[in-house]
Amino acid sequence: MRRRIAPYLLVLPGGLWLIAFLVVPLVFMASVSTQEGDIVNGFAQTFRFANFADALTEYRTQFLRSAGYGLAGTVLTIALAYPVAYWIAFKAGRRKSTYLLLVLLPFFVSFVLRTVSWKFLLADDGILLQPLKSAGLLAQDFHVLQTTAAVVGGLTYNYLPFMVLPIYVALERVDPRVVEASQDLYASRLTSFTKVVLPLSLPGVFAGVLMTFVPMTADYVNAAILGGPANTMIGNIIQTEYLVNNDYPAGAALSFTLMAAMLIGIFVYARALGTENVLEAAAR
Amino acid sequence: MTEIQAGRGAAVAAASGDSQVPAIELDGVVKEYQAQGEVVQAVKGVSLSIAEGEFFSMLGPSGCGKTTTMRMIAGFEDPSRGTVRLHGQDVTDVPPNKRDVNMVFQSYALFPHMSVWENVAFGLRRRRVPAQEIKNRVGAILEIVDLTGREKRRPREMSGGQQQRVALARALVNNPRALLLDEPLGALDLKLRQAMQMELKRIQREVGITFVYVTHDQNEALTMSDRIAVMNDGLVEQLAGPREIYERPATTFVAGFIGTSNLLSGTAERVDGGTALLRVGERGRVLVPVGDDVRQGGAVEVTVRPEKIRISVEEPAADVSAVPGTVAEVVYLGTYNSYAVNLAGGAEFTVFEQNASNSDITAERGASVWLSWQPQHSYAIGS
Ligand SMILES: Nc1ncnc2c1ncn2[C@@H]1O[C@H](COP(=O)(O)OP(=O)(O)O)[C@@H](O)[C@H]1O
Ligand SMILES: [Mg+2]
Repeated sequence: MRRRIAPYLLVLPGGLWLIAFLVVPLVFMASVSTQEGDIVNGFAQTFRFANFADALTEYRTQFLRSAGYGLAGTVLTIALAYPVAYWIAFKAGRRKSTYLLLVLLPFFVSFVLRTVSWKFLLADDGILLQPLKSAGLLAQDFHVLQTTAAVVGGLTYNYLPFMVLPIYVALERVDPRVVEASQDLYASRLTSFTKVVLPLSLPGVFAGVLMTFVPMTADYVNAAILGGPANTMIGNIIQTEYLVNNDYPAGAALSFTLMAAMLIGIFVYARALGTENVLEAAAR
Repeated sequence: MTEIQAGRGAAVAAASGDSQVPAIELDGVVKEYQAQGEVVQAVKGVSLSIAEGEFFSMLGPSGCGKTTTMRMIAGFEDPSRGTVRLHGQDVTDVPPNKRDVNMVFQSYALFPHMSVWENVAFGLRRRRVPAQEIKNRVGAILEIVDLTGREKRRPREMSGGQQQRVALARALVNNPRALLLDEPLGALDLKLRQAMQMELKRIQREVGITFVYVTHDQNEALTMSDRIAVMNDGLVEQLAGPREIYERPATTFVAGFIGTSNLLSGTAERVDGGTALLRVGERGRVLVPVGDDVRQGGAVEVTVRPEKIRISVEEPAADVSAVPGTVAEVVYLGTYNSYAVNLAGGAEFTVFEQNASNSDITAERGASVWLSWQPQHSYAIGS
């Protein structure tokens, strides 16, 4: 009897925590999302599901933009993280942990502070652009901030380690003998990479995608600090609805729509990759 | 099957023009590693020549440089000094993917993300062999290693023995001019190991490819090989056929490493007609064939196999080697008994004696006995 209870006892603290701080607010928010009213006269539950439709039509652009930024950021992150992870896993010798620490080092500084520093660095008359403009190398109206590039760049920078780490772990696990075996079987270095190392490291890439795409798409800090009005993401809209417009039902409906979209996305993604099709395709 | 033979036939025909050219030659090969700022010599100068179609073994204790030597043949390590030649061609600077030899790794190193079929077809695909031929050759080799019907399995879904055969098939399907096997049976249990030894030998006969076989198991090397290089500490101690290695070990190391061997050292009291006489203790005398280099008064080390020794209570005739001693231990081992005997000169000998149906244990523990053997059954080491 005791033995059956023990596992549940272990789950209890964490479980209670999740119920108190995740499930309860979620239920509360779900209820808010179908209410009507305003901050002055109060909100009343009317089960107005049209809140969802309204939110979606009104902010369709921001939804799509967020997905687009998330996608672009993820692709850029893979492109930057893979070579770094590869180099650390195979070429760094005994210094592996040092380089991993270096990759992580900027992340001991707060997310917001780092993004603000980027703003400072890239400001129109900041330490980077000002000298170039004075030297006539750049047009006077050239700017980096308030552009898509700045926001996607910020996202890429901020989430890079979440891609480097899982790819590194996957590459670390590739048996060097298996790579040698491919070379023994007449594979060039490039073929050995495309047929053996890359397919074996794909699970790390997939994990990295999950860990970067989701938070990037829901991010609002980068758009708020590095972007302009044309770069507003869905996270910024939700923030505005809650804190500026005090339109809680609209904010809740948007949040739930975003969450549902993410969950469906993740589910489809996991289903597509969960099978071994990807690997089989890679084996050819 | 036919494809395999046809392909092999072509390769043999191409090579037969100069069939005297050894399949593999190592010439003064040295491999040094930098380890914690120190230079470690894993291989200290190995020269050997392996003939086409030979089953050649490298035998030695763990850490003696077998794997390193083999990896230099395969091209995974660059020799610090020396030359590697494959079929007369200097390949010292040729990368592994351009060498016409294939390796079976100790850990198999199968591609975990590929099916058995894809694993085996890997080399052929890299060489752009036509699809139909790949199909035929993979099918044929899987039949040889008895894995037909398992093509779609993943390596991890197979037993150790099956994985071993996939690794073998993956290398053999390419008709390499030599196959390098690094302790291929090391991970298998004894029964499977013995079955695979027969299997490997059969396959080698069937395909006629040069096998270079690394093992630390002396029985394996003795039963399978045409020739054996016994290695120790980065050097080849002896290179000879199994019988010679067993019966005429060239060094004390080989004598000790191969089977149970008895060693006795003494001073040559007399040398005449290629035979030396040694005194052991007060009454013991050992006659042993020696080379010209042994003179009267020189030190001689003698080895004799346990099964060549007779144990008796009475002093034997004068024309044999005979040394008195005390029985320290008797172990009954089914078809024979094993005796540990402390000799008068201080050496400890092991003696195996057949259990003939009518004989009881010849001597009990603590009994004083004589050990004797024919002089031609003993060897002076290094002569
Ligand atoms: N990459 C390496 N770096 C340093 N020392 C090595 C390396 N590879 C092998 N050695 C050393 O070389 C010696 C021979 O190793 P190895 O060829 O693997 O022996 P074996 O296969 O006979 O067990 C060992 O002492 C081993 O520690
Ligand atoms: Mg080894």
